[in-house]
Amino acid sequence: MAVYLNIQQLVCGYNLGFQLKGIDLKIEKGAFAGIIGPNGSGKSTLFKAISGDLNIQSGLIEMNNKKLSSFSLREKALKMAVVSQFNEVLDVTVEDYVLMGRMPYRRNFQFFETKEDLIIARKYMRLTNVYQYKDHLMTELSGGEQQLAAIARALTQEPELLLLDEPTAHLDISHQVQILNLIQHLNEEMGLTVLIIIHDLNMAGEYCNHLVMMNDGNIHQHGNPHEVLTYQNIETVYNTVVIVRENPVSGKPVVFPVSEKTFKKTTNTSS
Amino acid sequence: MNKKYYRWLILILALLVLTFGAGIISLLSGEMDIPWHTLPDILVQKEGIQYSIVTQIRWPRIVLAFSVGGALSLTGAILQGIYRNPLVEPYTLGISGGAALGIALVVVLGLHLSMGSYMLPLAGFIGSIVTIFLVYTLSFRRGGININRMLLIGVMISFVASSMMMFLMAITSSENLHGIVFWMMGSLDEPNALLIDIMLYASLAGLFISYLFARPLNALRLGEEKARHLGIHSTITLRILFVVASLLTGICVAVTGIIGFVGLIIPHIVRLVIGSDYRILLISSFLGGSFFLIVSDIIARTVIAPNELPIGVITGLAGGLIFIVVLTRANVQSKIS
Repeated sequence: MAVYLNIQQLVCGYNLGFQLKGIDLKIEKGAFAGIIGPNGSGKSTLFKAISGDLNIQSGLIEMNNKKLSSFSLREKALKMAVVSQFNEVLDVTVEDYVLMGRMPYRRNFQFFETKEDLIIARKYMRLTNVYQYKDHLMTELSGGEQQLAAIARALTQEPELLLLDEPTAHLDISHQVQILNLIQHLNEEMGLTVLIIIHDLNMAGEYCNHLVMMNDGNIHQHGNPHEVLTYQNIETVYNTVVIVRENPVSGKPVVFPVSEKTFKKTTNTSS
Repeated sequence: MNKKYYRWLILILALLVLTFGAGIISLLSGEMDIPWHTLPDILVQKEGIQYSIVTQIRWPRIVLAFSVGGALSLTGAILQGIYRNPLVEPYTLGISGGAALGIALVVVLGLHLSMGSYMLPLAGFIGSIVTIFLVYTLSFRRGGININRMLLIGVMISFVASSMMMFLMAITSSENLHGIVFWMMGSLDEPNALLIDIMLYASLAGLFISYLFARPLNALRLGEEKARHLGIHSTITLRILFVVASLLTGICVAVTGIIGFVGLIIPHIVRLVIGSDYRILLISSFLGGSFFLIVSDIIARTVIAPNELPIGVITGLAGGLIFIVVLTRANVQSKIS
């Protein structure tokens, strides 16, 4: 597989605060890659370096063999779409909201949406299951539905790379699974390259085919879920006692936390 | 065509009709009422006292009300958009304070008596330019901008300017004091035809320029970062729109003084009616502001005729009351957060 996103010796961060310490990472075209790691480990900083919200201090990011900094904002918006953890709650209809994804495609002085814009927006509203709410205001939707609409907006950009920053945070399990199923479907059927920050290790193990585990501004380990989600890695990076088993159906790794009380009890009985 | 665009078209037509109707009524009413059916005759004959009143006294006022109302409401809509704050209005950033300080300075020094009728508007305009320059340079330092910091800087400069003005008012004669206060209350009584022309063209130019940025403004509703992800140059857009909106406000204040409330409430009401899509919001805010100010002017001229109320009294009273009624209607409460 071709490398889609190529990051070399990336140093990036905040002037006096947190810094990434020279990251090397290759994401293949068509990958479903998850970034995991504890709070403050550099997940968001890496994410912002890729999305262009933070300036790179040194190093290189290439997208499709072209330097990221050589893209204009609009060219970039045609290749890369971003879904954030929080969505602006606007008093616009869901359809108008999703249609904003067509913005990079507009010509100068084009004032109205084209028929094609509308067809594409509706296609992705159907795919994300928000078409039924198309005339509702965004403010009237639940958190999960708003997130689905935000994903529909990102898809309406018809990007090659989809960046998602904890899209399932604060959602119930049915919405979490619905969203991740959708992303998996897009990844497999449409060849969309996905890079997602995700806190839930079990969801990460179940859905991603490539995991990047960050710790203290470095990549601790990356590879397939079995290589990354080992109890040794998790105990080192998260400083937490866990047990890792396999999901009996999918065969993917599942992480079980162990409470301090149980841990003491088991260590006492075994010694 | 999309259903949405029909609604937009209907709204624009309705506002045009309302504005035009208000203009006609304004032509006819005042100290000397003119029956409506005689208006065509008066305009065709081109002579007589009524013709002079209509074309030389009332018509310039209507043009001025149209331009200033539209411009203030437009800048309100733009500034509420770029600051993403519903409480922002054209005067929030200290532009009015700076202009008032300029005026006060000129009045206290007595320059307006010696240097002709352009002196006061010029002083107001220079005052607002200085304020804009200060807010701009202090806010856009080091490349990045922080919207909230910018807002705070504007509000602080506004306070400093108004304190300095109060200082001037405290030390000056009561005659000068009267002049300053009169100017601050705002008035559409402007005998200078050139200033009215400048105001008209400036407001139309502002409307045109803002439409070049309707699409970026729409994206900015999502926030600067997300607008950038959609390919919009957020910072450049903010800078240009800030300067355009400020200049337009500066011209308004220089020509008519401080006419409050139009720039705050009209964009809000329009937003409640048609939504926050800037492609329709800009033009309908402009027309809504024009309509509102023309109507306010009719009321100000007729309520205690032959005397005239300060226009700001009417815009504040009528605007505030209308807005409270609109806001407390149950079905709009969910839209404003």
